[in-house]
Amino acid sequence: MVGKMKDELLHDHNHDGIDRRGFLKCMAWAGTGAFCVIRGGVLSSYSLSRMREMSPKEMAGELSFVQISDSHMGFNKPANPDVAGTLKAAVEKINGLAAAPEFILHTGDISHLSKPEEFDTVDQILKDARPKDVFYVPGEHDVLNDDGKQFLERYGKGSKGAGWYSFDKKGVHFVGLVNVLNLKAGGLGTLGSEQLKWLEDDVKHLKHSTPIVVFAHIPLWSVYPEWGWGTEDSAQALSYLKKFGSVTVLNGHIHQTMQKVEGNVTFHTAASTAFPQPQPGKADSPGPMKVPAEQLKSVLGITDVNSVQGPHALAVVDSTLA
Amino acid sequence: MRRSVFTAVLGVTTLLGIVALVASPRYSAAAQQKSEATEVKIDNFSFGPAALTVPVGTTVTWTNRDDIPHTVVSTDGAFKSKVLDTDDKFSFTFSKAGTYPYFCSIHPKMTAKVIVQ
Repeated sequence: MVGKMKDELLHDHNHDGIDRRGFLKCMAWAGTGAFCVIRGGVLSSYSLSRMREMSPKEMAGELSFVQISDSHMGFNKPANPDVAGTLKAAVEKINGLAAAPEFILHTGDISHLSKPEEFDTVDQILKDARPKDVFYVPGEHDVLNDDGKQFLERYGKGSKGAGWYSFDKKGVHFVGLVNVLNLKAGGLGTLGSEQLKWLEDDVKHLKHSTPIVVFAHIPLWSVYPEWGWGTEDSAQALSYLKKFGSVTVLNGHIHQTMQKVEGNVTFHTAASTAFPQPQPGKADSPGPMKVPAEQLKSVLGITDVNSVQGPHALAVVDSTLA
Repeated sequence: MRRSVFTAVLGVTTLLGIVALVASPRYSAAAQQKSEATEVKIDNFSFGPAALTVPVGTTVTWTNRDDIPHTVVSTDGAFKSKVLDTDDKFSFTFSKAGTYPYFCSIHPKMTAKVIVQ
């Protein structure tokens, strides 16, 4: 599998004049991104190009991790003929951070068509990342044809129901939710009553001061319902989190960075490592947005999240692949 | 003199117009469309036509022309496609009259229906 993948990437199978080397080369000189850290609740933001000037001490918080999203392995259309290359570029970016993040969160659409080889390729690429732990939630592209059976087999060890779970890291409580199954005609993402009940029980006994990070594929806030960018029963889920001082919600799906603060909750969507999608309502449909190759990397991204224990919100800032 | 020529030209033009309208191929095609259109195209995250009327026994074929995969799933379980990648097709033969609402189970905002008469 690895050998085959390498071979594919080194040749111009799309006959568009862009082989992997050329593609990475044209991305290499593009702009810059940002890295964020909170100290005592105060956010500091740094350009990724300045990371070399910063010592690990300067970047340190109580906890840091990286969010990546929407790898769409298997996608090969003009919007990005080399999604493996851009995922690798994201991994290189992660590995280039002076202080290694604790782990990686992948907020879904790992694959494009739920094919085993697509998942295999992503697994293989992420093996090269310095953080060894990767936590996943499924996107709708990961549960095609089998209602998520394959996803559960691959990534759902120790999870409940359709793959939801929680874990604690250095005092921060992380909750991975599944909102891409049993979608109803005309509707949005759905969590469902079984998962909501589980969530209520999961957070019931936590101290109010516990920082909460919830991650799911489709946004848990109403980004643009006309394009299905929202979750039917997210208000119910968020009602269980009202008592907490700091709640951060991380989503993917919309292939662009958006942020919103509502009371104690900071909502955040990450860019895709594969291809960008248009801003809400700015196109006929939410299909892949074609941008010139030299600009592609600046619209693809990874998210560094740095958290400090205490009542403060987590700081989240996206850095582009450029 | 000039005025009567103008009137005559106008009269002939109008007459031609009426003849053209009655004999228009577009006009007659529209009348037959109900029984012949058995193709549904998926473009820009929508099914076209959104409502398709066909006689009993018709086989309807869906073609995904988007860069993103879609599915064709009947709301009441009458039919369900596998995931359709770009240019993939799905066909279903309607043997019973009725209205069949359907949607894309990946992008549920995409809804449409087939009316079988």
